Amino acid sequence: MQNWLAVDWILVAIGGWLLTGALGIMALRHFAVVARVLFPLGSAVGLLLAAAAINGLMGTPEVVTLPIGLPQLPFHLRLDSLSAFFLLVIGGAGAGVSIFAAGYFRQGEGTPPGLLCLEYHLFLASMALVVLADDAYAFMVAWETMALSSFFLVTANHRVPEIRQAGFLYLLIAHIGAIAILLCFGVLQANTGDYTFANMREQSLSPFWASAAFLLAVLGFGAKAGMLPLHVWLPEAHPAAPSPVSALMSGVMLKTAIYGLLRVSFDLLHLQLGWWGVALLAIGLFTALYGVVFATVQTDMKRLLAYSSIENIGLLLAAIGLTLLFKSYGMAELAALALTACLYHVVSHAFFKSLLFVGTGAVLHATGERNLGHLGGLIRFMPWVAWLVLIGVFASSGLPPLSGFVSEWLLLQSFLFTPGLPNSFLNMLIPIVAAAIALIAALAGYTMVKFFGIIFLGQPRDGKLQHAHDGGGWEKAGMAWLAVWCIGLGLFPNFIIQLIDPVTTPLVGAGLGRKVAANGWWLLAPTSIERASYGPVFFFIGVVVAFLLAYGLVRVLYHGQLRRSAPWDCGYPWQTPRMQDTAEGFGQPIRQIFEPFFRLERHVPSPFDVAPRYHVSVTDHFWHRFYLPVARVVEFAAEKVGRLQQGRIAVYLLYSFLTLLFMLFLVQR
Amino acid sequence: MSPTGFLSQALAILAALVLAPLLMGWVNQWRAWFQNRRGPGLLQPYRTLNKLFVKESVVAETASPLFRAAPYVVFGCMALSCGIIPTLSTELPLSLAADAIALVGLFAVARVFISLAAMDIGTAFGSLGARREMLIGFLAEPALLTVFFTASLISGSTALTSIVESLAHREFAIYPSLAFAGLAFSFVSFAENARVPVDNPATHLELTMIHEALILEYSGRHLALIEWAAALKLFAYSCIGLALFFPWGIAKVQDPGALLYAVPVLVGKLAIGGFLLALIESVSAKMRIFRVPEFLATAFLLAVIGMLVHFLLGA
Repeated sequence: MQNWLAVDWILVAIGGWLLTGALGIMALRHFAVVARVLFPLGSAVGLLLAAAAINGLMGTPEVVTLPIGLPQLPFHLRLDSLSAFFLLVIGGAGAGVSIFAAGYFRQGEGTPPGLLCLEYHLFLASMALVVLADDAYAFMVAWETMALSSFFLVTANHRVPEIRQAGFLYLLIAHIGAIAILLCFGVLQANTGDYTFANMREQSLSPFWASAAFLLAVLGFGAKAGMLPLHVWLPEAHPAAPSPVSALMSGVMLKTAIYGLLRVSFDLLHLQLGWWGVALLAIGLFTALYGVVFATVQTDMKRLLAYSSIENIGLLLAAIGLTLLFKSYGMAELAALALTACLYHVVSHAFFKSLLFVGTGAVLHATGERNLGHLGGLIRFMPWVAWLVLIGVFASSGLPPLSGFVSEWLLLQSFLFTPGLPNSFLNMLIPIVAAAIALIAALAGYTMVKFFGIIFLGQPRDGKLQHAHDGGGWEKAGMAWLAVWCIGLGLFPNFIIQLIDPVTTPLVGAGLGRKVAANGWWLLAPTSIERASYGPVFFFIGVVVAFLLAYGLVRVLYHGQLRRSAPWDCGYPWQTPRMQDTAEGFGQPIRQIFEPFFRLERHVPSPFDVAPRYHVSVTDHFWHRFYLPVARVVEFAAEKVGRLQQGRIAVYLLYSFLTLLFMLFLVQR
Repeated sequence: MSPTGFLSQALAILAALVLAPLLMGWVNQWRAWFQNRRGPGLLQPYRTLNKLFVKESVVAETASPLFRAAPYVVFGCMALSCGIIPTLSTELPLSLAADAIALVGLFAVARVFISLAAMDIGTAFGSLGARREMLIGFLAEPALLTVFFTASLISGSTALTSIVESLAHREFAIYPSLAFAGLAFSFVSFAENARVPVDNPATHLELTMIHEALILEYSGRHLALIEWAAALKLFAYSCIGLALFFPWGIAKVQDPGALLYAVPVLVGKLAIGGFLLALIESVSAKMRIFRVPEFLATAFLLAVIGMLVHFLLGA
């Protein structure tokens, strides 16, 4: 046991997840066993994985070859700092979500609990294998297992037609992406026929083929991440899936796509071109703006979060683009800053988005509602869930001193201090991007106020909400674990940056670790202390002390008398819950300002309508202008090709015969 | 932390707490004079605060703890922000913990809290006010950040103290990038402090109010804290404006003697600034709420232009 490597422990953890899944099949319909034993077991395995990953992060790369797979082509696995970092995210966030899931899954999800348990743990294990894989074959097997197991999880409640539809859309886009990734690996191996990553690292492709590989990787991994215009599956699949699954998909699975993009562009490719960075930056920014603007106008709480995930993925892509740009100009320090911001946001988003998604799960269980228009006032009936979600909301809005702010701060710093790029046009343009990032972050705050305010504050918009109950012990524990990370990542950024340092050093040739450590654990100064510093702990203590002083002094100098009475509301006594702002109303200003973004269908009643009804629907331009035309073309082509299909064996034999003749003709020549 | 640092830090926060209501009173007094009224006198804000603190708080039955915590949080955020901004001296130990970006974050925390508190009761006005406040916020915040970005690109630092030190050392001249930034900043300040072209602090007209709609349900000490926080916010914004665009007279590091004359200089600058604010408020008309996004988008674009100009002209 003593000379076990970190990678061995990680394989044990992956095996543990697979075993947990298999045990789920044994206890197919024993709900109590699955929920109370297997999911907590999966969570413990997640913690083991995270611990082993931290261990692996510090060590040197470790290589393992598993004797499974095709003959001559076993699974190559490799644990280096990049994969260890993502394993940490998978294990850490996965542990919290699993604990929540122990309290969440009940009868009636449409799939037997044991089967759900198998799919769930297979999903976790395949994500871990994706980041461990060291050859294209193992990677694709793990990638496809991940896509399929998550497809079955999304369609857990497969009796609902919309859910089935959402699942198929997800499957389609996942496979378009998988094809692109496969082609990307094909380009990377450069005709050597050796598909191990070790071989790909050796190849030095011409700029043309390197660009082709990069673009295929962006397309393939972008489809999984929710990059525009391949984002349409996210807002469909996330609401359809059970909440812990949405949490895993949004918080963790999207990050495997980020991992893939980083792996290909910084590790497997030997050169980085400047225009890749600019292109990715542009795509990322547009994705982020598009996502956040759509998030503000949503009326379904899980769709809102799905669009918010698109926004965060956009920010991550922009950060990767910036890193590429710096790397291509050989500015290692700045590339390390941008990459650190990106990786910090990866962890931070994994935790806060998981927290928000499981929070919607708790609300869904308590009320049976996903529609914001039927929620409200839940902070009184489910205070635990509400306050924990509030932490996630603050982290997600990028408010100090929580985790979202640190990554936003690092990102802004990396955009701001870019003088010295040899290209004067870029030199001018990049800081402008910082202004755009600020706008996106502010809009995210708007979205999150809407999300929390409409669900948890105000008066209940529906009578049945009075009977809503707070989350159970497991649910609270899972949410608390995720919330603690949101706070910890916000208050102690230096520890995480120490962990990120071994990742950035091999990828871009520099790290922030030593610089950050020089200022002590309480002060974050990524470049130099004169340039910029941020001390979250002191910041937090400052706010708390000011709060307590104000509270105490008011009590001491004056009094603490309080009287409860009916709301004042300018003296209007007939206030009803329907008079509050609706979800549509709260999003209205954004709908007006960003009108070109939306495809609006609005029905406004005339003044003479006896039963006036206002109806507005907001849909995506991409769906109508891009997806539906493509679908029509495909359908048309399929119809033509379908004519070949006669259903008679003799005709099919004729086809085979003709094909054979054609082949012989080719060979003959 | 050196003793002088601690001293100037404490002095900055105390000066803000004491002077902020006075600045409010000064502006109101001038507004009254411009309207040909006699005005309530400079000390009226203190009397109002005292009155509100003495009264008991009436809280709606439907209020959650968030509603009761919000005034303290908002007040704490504003008081802390006054400790970050170099009002009197650039020797501020707290400014290490929070740079300009964190300062904007601090304002955002206050805004989010007060908006959530307004939605908490579930009245029509509360949620309406929250929506409008967030609308202003999402446009004003990036504009303010961009102003800071311009200043930090000039000085090579996002720490407010370093920005002020480097700006104060420049020779006296008009810098085009700062001129754009200053214009954008003044737009943002009007919007953020609920002043006239955007909001009217002296009205409760349903269709137009923003800030007042947010705090309708507050009374007693809670209201007092919020009013004080609003005064602190005005003070903070004025001081940011002075520090960025008129940084002369702020005491340097290791120069405790300069603190002595920094106080009268600050009071003098604030008096002029308050007078100008009242003047602009009195001669302009409040705009419709739908025009506000346009107004703030202009501010945002001006700030971005300021940044561009910095790169084009290098000034």
